Parts: sequence; structure tokens; C-alpha cells
Amino acid sequence: MTDQPSPAFREVDAADAVRLADEGFHVIDVREQSEWDGGHVAGATLLPLADVVGRISEVVPDRDAPILLHCEVGGRSARAAASLVRLGYTNVVSMKAPVTQWKDRGGRWEEPVQLLTSGQQRRYARQVLIPEIGQEGQRKLLDAKVLLIGAGGLGSPTALYLAASGVGTIGLVDDDVVEESNLQRQVLHGVDRLGMRKVDSAELTIRGLNPGTTVVKHTERMAADNVERLIEPYDVIVDGTDNFDTRYVLNDAAVRLRKPVVHGSIYRWDGQVTTFVPFAGPCYRCMYPTQPPAELAPACSVAGVLGVLPGIVGLMQANEVFKLLLGVGETLAGRLLMFDAMGTTFDEVRIWRDPACPACGEGVSAESPPRPTVPGA
Amino acid sequence: MSTVRIPPVLRENTGGNRTVDVSGATVSEALEDLFATHPQLRARVTEDGQLSSFINVYVNDRDVRYRDGLATEVGPDDTIILLPAMAGGARSGR
Repeated sequence: MTDQPSPAFREVDAADAVRLADEGFHVIDVREQSEWDGGHVAGATLLPLADVVGRISEVVPDRDAPILLHCEVGGRSARAAASLVRLGYTNVVSMKAPVTQWKDRGGRWEEPVQLLTSGQQRRYARQVLIPEIGQEGQRKLLDAKVLLIGAGGLGSPTALYLAASGVGTIGLVDDDVVEESNLQRQVLHGVDRLGMRKVDSAELTIRGLNPGTTVVKHTERMAADNVERLIEPYDVIVDGTDNFDTRYVLNDAAVRLRKPVVHGSIYRWDGQVTTFVPFAGPCYRCMYPTQPPAELAPACSVAGVLGVLPGIVGLMQANEVFKLLLGVGETLAGRLLMFDAMGTTFDEVRIWRDPACPACGEGVSAESPPRPTVPGA
Repeated sequence: MSTVRIPPVLRENTGGNRTVDVSGATVSEALEDLFATHPQLRARVTEDGQLSSFINVYVNDRDVRYRDGLATEVGPDDTIILLPAMAGGARSGR
């Protein structure tokens, strides 16, 4: 305590404070950030008590401007008011009343925007810290729906990390059952799941990892007659199939319905990843207009595949999914990334939209409404 | 010499080698040099003297379809990439 006389500022009750704010006083909230986050006066500026003296001139440069200070009950705001008067501010008022009364007296109030529950804030704390994600980005992930074609080698790592990171809905298209030879790479499954449907096994694993993720099981093969129904509800499609018929069927439907497809393929020690964003970049038919003969395109079951390869490629696919959902960064649209595990090298080639592409080329307009499926077409 | 990168599905035709050094000033000449040492590759990569439609050929990162096709020039430090589509993935997506 000092011997100086108490500097001159006014203290008012909540009703007067509301009136002064309506008259145009600058409202300064001198509480802490955490208190502010719980709700605050609409239009107020947060300037915690410790910062008031140092920062008031940025917020209110004019020393004759009217200022209304408030805190939780009126103690900190009185101290802040005294400091401002000492700095030469001439029209300083402190609200001497609980801030709850401000609301009761009809003062304008902003309730906190709760994007995440406290449980979600704890679970996703490490990625919410990333500036490109934050609470808004996490909310996008929680609201997102991603469809994985295949719950096998590529789908396993993708599903695990999408679920762990809080992608809200994961759809799985797979009609297969877990076999022993899958376990070398299909890490969603385990020996206790042999003979179980892969979608059921995947659901168990995902539920154990993140009960907040909804798993939608599609126990069927993707084909021309079900592809649109399967992909329509989803935001992003992750393609991890092993045959060209399915890839072309998926591509054409995804272009029609404007669904981005994250493409991954693997063969022994080699993997390829790219992202197809309809009309913004090339599609699968632009890249490979013609299906190769069977001997040039053996499946894993014939050719073999290194266990880590679908892990690496599947996680690169998951990374593409995150960027598509968050709307940040540069995706692989227009680029094919090739990974060679034997040499540990990455190479990429550019892929272009083909003006003659039957799926997305000239004559197929991005603005035209999606074409209906013609059965057998 | 430029380098041709052999995709995994064609490596049985190159004794397992991932790259083959070739000479030639164009893609066509470079591939002829490749076929001279690895004759089985001709049928896998070309159809009636043209590039197979299911194999993409890149000089460095550029698809020759959008350049001069087989006549695309190749320099000594360039890499020619042969890239057929790969299928591999989950068996269950059939």
C-alpha cells in the first residue's frame, strides 16, 4: 500500500456498466485467458491485469477515451483502473459487481464456442497444438467421413491412424475374412481373428483404439452396381484395391460424384501414391487410359509384398486424407509419388489431365450436374 | 548415356536390374538400345512399333505423351521411367 491518495476513477454497478458499454465505452476484460474462454462480454478486449499497463496504449491510444474495466467481481478491475489513471487516462470506470450480474442486467455476452468436449481436448491435445489443425481442424476431422476400399494391407495402417487421430466415421468395404497369410502386413487383424470377417475384426481394433470413431461396415465387393451408393455418403475415398476393374469403376463414379480418391498401390518392394481430385487434377483414366494385361498386374497373393510397404504407402495415403479434410498443404494431385523400398528412394512424375479422358476430359464439364449411372455402361 | 528405370513387373526381363544404361538421342533410340540388350522387353513395352497404351513413359518427370512421344529428346543425364499401372493392394477389393 502506498501513501498516495487513491487515483480518481469511478466504480459502477452492473446496470450502469451495461449502460456505459452501450454508450460506447471501450470494455476491457482484465481476467485471464481461461476465464475469458468460459464466456465474455461481447465486443470486449481481453487484457489480463498483468498486461494492462504495458498494452493499454495499443488498445486505447487516446487517453481521454472512455474505458470500462471489469473482471470476475471487481477487485482486479479496480487495481487496473488505478493503474490507468496513473498513466494519464482521464475517463476510467471499473465495474464493482460479479460479472454474472452483467448478463442478468441484459449486457451483451458471448458464450464460449465449444468445438471440442474436454475429453476430446485431452485426447487430441498434441495435434490441436499444430497451428494448421487447432480446435477447428480437429472438429473437421471429427465430423469427417472417410471410406476405405479394402481392410487389408493398405487399409490397415490408414484405418489405424485415421481412427487414432479422431476421424469421426470410417467406412470399410471388404467382403473377405482374415487369413494367416494376411497377418504379415494387415496389422488391423491378429491371430485371434482368423476366419473372422475383416470388417468385424477392423471394427474391434478401431473401437479399442478410439471408441469415438464410428465404423460403418460394408461387407461387399465394390462393383459398378453398388459403387455410387457406397461412396456417396463419404468425403474422401481411399483406394487400396488390387485389381484394375475396381479401380476404373471407382474412378468413374468418384469423378461423377466429385469425390477425391487417394490412390495407393504396392508390388513387392515398390509403392505408388497419388491423389485424384475430380476436375481439379487428373483422374485415374488420365494417368492410365488402358488396363494392362493380367501378367503385368499380378496381385499381392501372386507376386508377394514386403510387410512394411503397405504400412508406408498406407500412411502416405492417410497423410493425403488429412490434408484433404483439413484443406491445408499440397496434396499429390497431379503428381505420382513412387517409393522404392530396396533403394529407399522417392521419385515423382507429373500427371496431367487428359483432354480426351472419357471420365473427366473435354465434353465433361465440372459444372454440369453429376451424370447418373448407366447400368452396364 | 541415359538411364532407363525398369519397373518391378519388368525386372525379370533385365535379370533383376532396376536400371539399365542406354544410348540414343530420342526415346525411340534409347528404347531400341534397351531392346538390343533385353529383347523380351520389346513386346512388353511396345505394340506395333508404338508405345503400349498401358505403359507410361516419362523423361525425368514428364510424360512423353504430352511431349513428342517416341521422338522426345533424351539427354545424357536424363532418366527414362517406364511405368505400367500397378494393381497391388487388398485382395478383398476384387
